[in-house]
Amino acid sequence: MRLERRSHVPLYLVILAPLAAVVSALILAAGLIAAAGVNPLMAYGEMLAGALGSKLAVAEMLTRATPLIFTGLAAAVAFQARLWNIGGEGQFFVGALMTAWIGHSLGLPGWIGIPVLMLAGMAAGAALLAGPAYLRLRFGVDEVVTTLLLNFIVILFVGLMVEGPMRDPLAFGWPSSVPVDGDFRLPDLIPRTRLHIGLIFAVVAAGAVWLVLARTVFGAETRAAGLNASAAAFAGISLPRTIMGVALLSGALAGLAGSVEVMGVTAGVTTTMSPGFGYAGIVVAMLAALHPAGVVAAAVFVATVFVGADAMSRATGVPSFIADVIVALCLLTMIVALMFTTYRVRR
Amino acid sequence: MTEAIDLLLNTSLWASVLRIATPLIFGVLGALLCERSGVLNLGIEGIMTMGAMTGWLAVYMGAPLLVGLLIAACCGALMGLLHAALTVPLGLSQHVSGLGITLFASALAYYLYRLLVEVGDLPPTIEPFQPLNIPGLSDIPILGPILFSQAVPTYLALAAVAVMAYILSRTPLGLAIRMTGENPHAVEAQGLNPIRIRIGAVVAGSALMAVGGAFLTTTAFNSFFPGMVQGRGWICIALVVFASWRPGKALIGALLFAFFDAYQLRLQTAIDGVPYQLFLMAPYVLSIVALVLVARRAEVPAALMTPYRRGER
Repeated sequence: MRLERRSHVPLYLVILAPLAAVVSALILAAGLIAAAGVNPLMAYGEMLAGALGSKLAVAEMLTRATPLIFTGLAAAVAFQARLWNIGGEGQFFVGALMTAWIGHSLGLPGWIGIPVLMLAGMAAGAALLAGPAYLRLRFGVDEVVTTLLLNFIVILFVGLMVEGPMRDPLAFGWPSSVPVDGDFRLPDLIPRTRLHIGLIFAVVAAGAVWLVLARTVFGAETRAAGLNASAAAFAGISLPRTIMGVALLSGALAGLAGSVEVMGVTAGVTTTMSPGFGYAGIVVAMLAALHPAGVVAAAVFVATVFVGADAMSRATGVPSFIADVIVALCLLTMIVALMFTTYRVRR
Repeated sequence: MTEAIDLLLNTSLWASVLRIATPLIFGVLGALLCERSGVLNLGIEGIMTMGAMTGWLAVYMGAPLLVGLLIAACCGALMGLLHAALTVPLGLSQHVSGLGITLFASALAYYLYRLLVEVGDLPPTIEPFQPLNIPGLSDIPILGPILFSQAVPTYLALAAVAVMAYILSRTPLGLAIRMTGENPHAVEAQGLNPIRIRIGAVVAGSALMAVGGAFLTTTAFNSFFPGMVQGRGWICIALVVFASWRPGKALIGALLFAFFDAYQLRLQTAIDGVPYQLFLMAPYVLSIVALVLVARRAEVPAALMTPYRRGER
């Protein structure tokens, strides 16, 4: 038995792969739910109801999906060029911090201030990834380790800022940064829910990233760098320039996730404001097979799992960590499923 | 300033260096073994978490401490087997699979912990390893308490460095492992099976990582809590590069790192007015600096991250 590369990947396989991956992951996780003494079918029913059962639940789920679309896009863009940006979590936080810092005392009207703050968050995220990208290009330092380590450094830095220079004297309980000015809070998409127009921004961003990757020279260079770096270089593509461009775009998207989350949901920055949006973005990107349109769908799925698991946990007592297990399993089953789309098994 | 220097002369600082280095030594040896055979194992952070949980749980349920370490090793080996199955025979991306293993193993560890352990206001505790004074040697002034009054896993870690160095550089098995990391086709030509060698190395390496994790819950602390590995796995991945994939240098790297970690912990209390987060950042910053310093002359195993498929060039 051996694997043979397919010359052409049929469309039905492209669509079937993530579905098969999700179903396998849910079957595997069912064993763990059963181990908790709960009927898995009932548990999954509770999850669906918890995430999609009411207008409020759907709004909450979409609120959770919004930053995941951004971090998913960030990972997808980077992985297309084989730039292993695992630092989405850190870039999310610097974007959030920058937005809160400037947005607290920015004397501009909302309609101009919001774009300015989004750009500031993007710049912060891009700058954070530019460092590891530079180290890789200049010294050959593996960006996986540097971006991962930067996540820890950034979280500590956020802690330092929200307990020190940016501390909100009016906040109770957990230390929080000063909030962004009320003019810069994103308007609600559905009244009396937490869902804000950031969701629209995220979907627009997905469309824009798709356009850039599919219809521009930069996009073609990005994909070429990922498919075969030496062939791309031979064809005259400047790899350092492409990789740096990808890093800036990817970091900006992850920074935007933090910026929008601050303006749309939290107002101030805390060290606990992200339940791993950056890391989950990697799963979202892989489930989407790195396709921007798929990122939106995958982010909605992952958000459904997370929001649904919380409700299911309250109803059945199954630990809500089951959501993390399901999402991680999806990543593993997806890479196996992707293998079957690019290779066929020959006897 | 004088306080900062006084701290350096304190025996307890130097004794804690070996203690802080222990989980790193296990982790870095495990990562080194995997990479020497040609497989990057980014599952390390999750495998250490898994080891920390299962080792602790075994002891909590009544097993002796050493059996706890063994059970942690077995669970780590299982996770390693999963990573090996995905990356070696299937040849999938080692980056993505490794991250998947980290996410999966940590999530599974937290899930099982919540499921199996009744957690009240405070996490339940076990009776951890105590320092073992080696008769005669531990009475030596200064050196005694630093080297010969450690817990059993620390001695095991030091022994593991010697065993690993011996196996890799002095045995046919070690030669086969190193050759698989450099040129798996040559291994095949010798009549050996590079696939099996890689799977074996990843499984054994992952077991070592898990023991490193178990040290945290059975020696350094006496309970398990989410997020306790705190990037130690990633630091080990950086230390392997720093050590040029050599066990001896890996030990030095882990000790050096542990020294800075121990020193910053003490400086935190000695120096007022500097936010404690700056001290906590130091180890991570240091790892990045170390990577940059050695990156240029790193002797990377030539076939690292290159999947091996029979008859494919």
